[in-house]
Amino acid sequence: MQLKTANQSIIQKIAPFIGLILIILIISILEPRFLATSNLLNVLRQVSMNALIAFGMTFVILTGGIDLSVGSILALTGAVTAGMMASGMDPILAMLIGLLLGAVLGAINGIIIAKGKVAPFIATLATMTIYRGLTLVYTEGRPISGLGDNMAFQMLGKGYFLGIPIPVVTMLISFAILYFILKKTTFGRRVFAVGGNEEASILSGINADRVKIYVYALVGLLAGLASLILTSRLNSAQPTAGEMFELDAIAAVVLGGTSLTGGRGWIVGTLIGALIIGVLNNGLNLIGVSSFFQQVVKGAVILLAVLLDRKKTA
Amino acid sequence: MIKMTNISKSFSGNQVLKDVQFSLEKGEIHALMGENGAGKSTMMKILTGIYSRDSGTIEVKGKEVEFTSPKQAEEAGIAVIHQELNILPHLSITDNLFLGKEETFGRSGILKTKAMREKTRQALAELGLNVDPSQPASTLSVGQQQIVEIAKALSANAEVIVMDEPTAALTDREIDTLFETVRGLQSKGVSFIYISHRMEEIFALCDRITILRDGQYVGDRNIKETSFEEIVQMMVGRELGERFPERNAQIGDVKLAVKGLSRKDCFEDVSFEIRKGEVLSIAGLMGAGRTEVAQSLFGYKKADSGTVVLDGREVKIDKPKTAKELGIGYVTEDRKSEGLIVDFTVEENVSMTNFSSISKNGLISKDKERSLYEGMVKRLGIRTSGPTQTAKSLSGGNQQKVVIAKWLGIEPELLILDEPTRGVDVGAKKEIYSIINELAERGVAILMISSELPEVIGMADRVIVMHEGKVTADLPKREMTQERIMHFATGGGKLAVENS
Repeated sequence: MQLKTANQSIIQKIAPFIGLILIILIISILEPRFLATSNLLNVLRQVSMNALIAFGMTFVILTGGIDLSVGSILALTGAVTAGMMASGMDPILAMLIGLLLGAVLGAINGIIIAKGKVAPFIATLATMTIYRGLTLVYTEGRPISGLGDNMAFQMLGKGYFLGIPIPVVTMLISFAILYFILKKTTFGRRVFAVGGNEEASILSGINADRVKIYVYALVGLLAGLASLILTSRLNSAQPTAGEMFELDAIAAVVLGGTSLTGGRGWIVGTLIGALIIGVLNNGLNLIGVSSFFQQVVKGAVILLAVLLDRKKTA
Repeated sequence: MIKMTNISKSFSGNQVLKDVQFSLEKGEIHALMGENGAGKSTMMKILTGIYSRDSGTIEVKGKEVEFTSPKQAEEAGIAVIHQELNILPHLSITDNLFLGKEETFGRSGILKTKAMREKTRQALAELGLNVDPSQPASTLSVGQQQIVEIAKALSANAEVIVMDEPTAALTDREIDTLFETVRGLQSKGVSFIYISHRMEEIFALCDRITILRDGQYVGDRNIKETSFEEIVQMMVGRELGERFPERNAQIGDVKLAVKGLSRKDCFEDVSFEIRKGEVLSIAGLMGAGRTEVAQSLFGYKKADSGTVVLDGREVKIDKPKTAKELGIGYVTEDRKSEGLIVDFTVEENVSMTNFSSISKNGLISKDKERSLYEGMVKRLGIRTSGPTQTAKSLSGGNQQKVVIAKWLGIEPELLILDEPTRGVDVGAKKEIYSIINELAERGVAILMISSELPEVIGMADRVIVMHEGKVTADLPKREMTQERIMHFATGGGKLAVENS
């Protein structure tokens, strides 16, 4: 019995990876150009922002929560950072404030959810609208540009390190840190515990409220980081930036095999999930599938993955 | 009625049943006993078509059968009432009774509400339950819900009803009502398969016992021709000796003094003291407020008023974390929902309360975690296949030991145990008693909530009895009898207190 469940969980963990390989295989047969190094790096760069947010979303979902406001946090932090830079503030300081703002906006979500006992879906649905609204108010609905040519800021979205795009490097470093936190620290263990059984966690002396506030702050921080990358790439902040990002992030987490009910999952799966979405986006473009039809394919893949996952656990 | 012969079953190479036999006569109440993991549930799941068997035959009323789903078993007249009742609390009693077999006008899908309600009322009245069938099921007590389940089984023309630990959540009065109902049905020819750990009940109710051990058939006995000791010995395969092991604890200073503790609608003006090395039991019926007192002491649900004095100093415990830091451990009543994270490994569960001793600067030391786990496994005799076994795949007794292990790690000075042996087999029970004794001998103050009176009398130095949120008696060991405790627990308090 024990052996069986162990095997099952290994298969479950490998499944997203096999899926990714299959998709890559199909796309590269249909369009060999997909495998060009420049294109692969391009895919990774496109993936990096969604992956960063999805890493944070993994923590949130592991606690049994969800965060719909990440796209709005990204837009608001991007706008505020750009606003400060355009008005001549030191770019490094502006970026640090931007990251902090992301964490604070996330922590506000966490406080509403933990202390106000509001369901995460509802709480972040509300703040999604509020943060987006604040962005529109702040920017008056117009993009903010004229952000100067600070080296660090420009590199963040457009630079290369040893031939690898900086956003990809940022994503990989973040991944390593977050993997470590989840696997080796008491905080990581508490995240799983709260999602696995909140009541038992509290009765074991774990401060579940604090764990929740931290995970929402974390996803906010990562949305802030993604916003800096996006702002740098575009050299401007768009008030509509990040729309639908929450769905891609959630999809990446689910594709990676993390359970939406909390307590079970892993961040490696999320990275693979984000890659699947990125490869699909890029590959379907290369093959020449219309952007309208691409959405249908993406949705179908997500549905298929979840259905297969159900079959295995049942 | 039913004859199961040479049933074998393995799960991926692990044999859980080997050549087991079981037979049930018409109108018989037949207990199926064995320690956790002996194979009782697997046997019943094979009977009702949830699992398929590897070999063996099943005959129902002399005809060989091959059920592949519980539905087929139900059609053949075999119904199961699970420990966790299948009642949907927000639906009415009628809706529950007719769930899945609603009566409609032709094939229109329109419900015959009135007719169904009347049938429900009659069916329940026959079982001695007179309630308004249009009420939501949540307004019924657990005992009454069980009667609804029985009515449901009967309405499906069940001739055999399998009951799995039916009395675990019932008060003594409800148990009496249930037994009356069961006996009444027995006289009408209904047969019962009764799975329970409670020896007293089995001797009071059943006609025959079949005993399983480690997936094998040990024997069956007529109740009239056997004894408690014989059954226990058959179950564990060895002499257990004294049911309650002896304790040589030095009772010391007052560890905890509770004065006038109250929480609205839960308990009122509760006062008691526990000394170091003392085992204090709180007895009472379900809903008397015992668990709520424990939850307040542990800071899980705050009391409205009253004082708690620990080691002579008044303390405010407003969250479990504080309680833990003060050296209080709490083994909760419901291990699956409050004690364990069932998807976690045994090792991770043990670590849950012990992060401060197995980590440094937030980093978990794998070595320290493993040695904590290994120490506990050895100390408590937890039977696992290894540190990575998940908690949900352990037997009840071993799960309970894991919950206890969580709290031993913090070296508690006061340990609250809420129904520490519920759903635990006899062998593991005795081991848990030994652990309690060992802790008391080390000077740990023990607060043990228990509904099993023999356990209270066998283990406690002192007992306080609660009734409807109030303490009705505080008895030393020499004054404890089952009758006395029951008397106070059922609210006969005042008079007797004045008398004594």
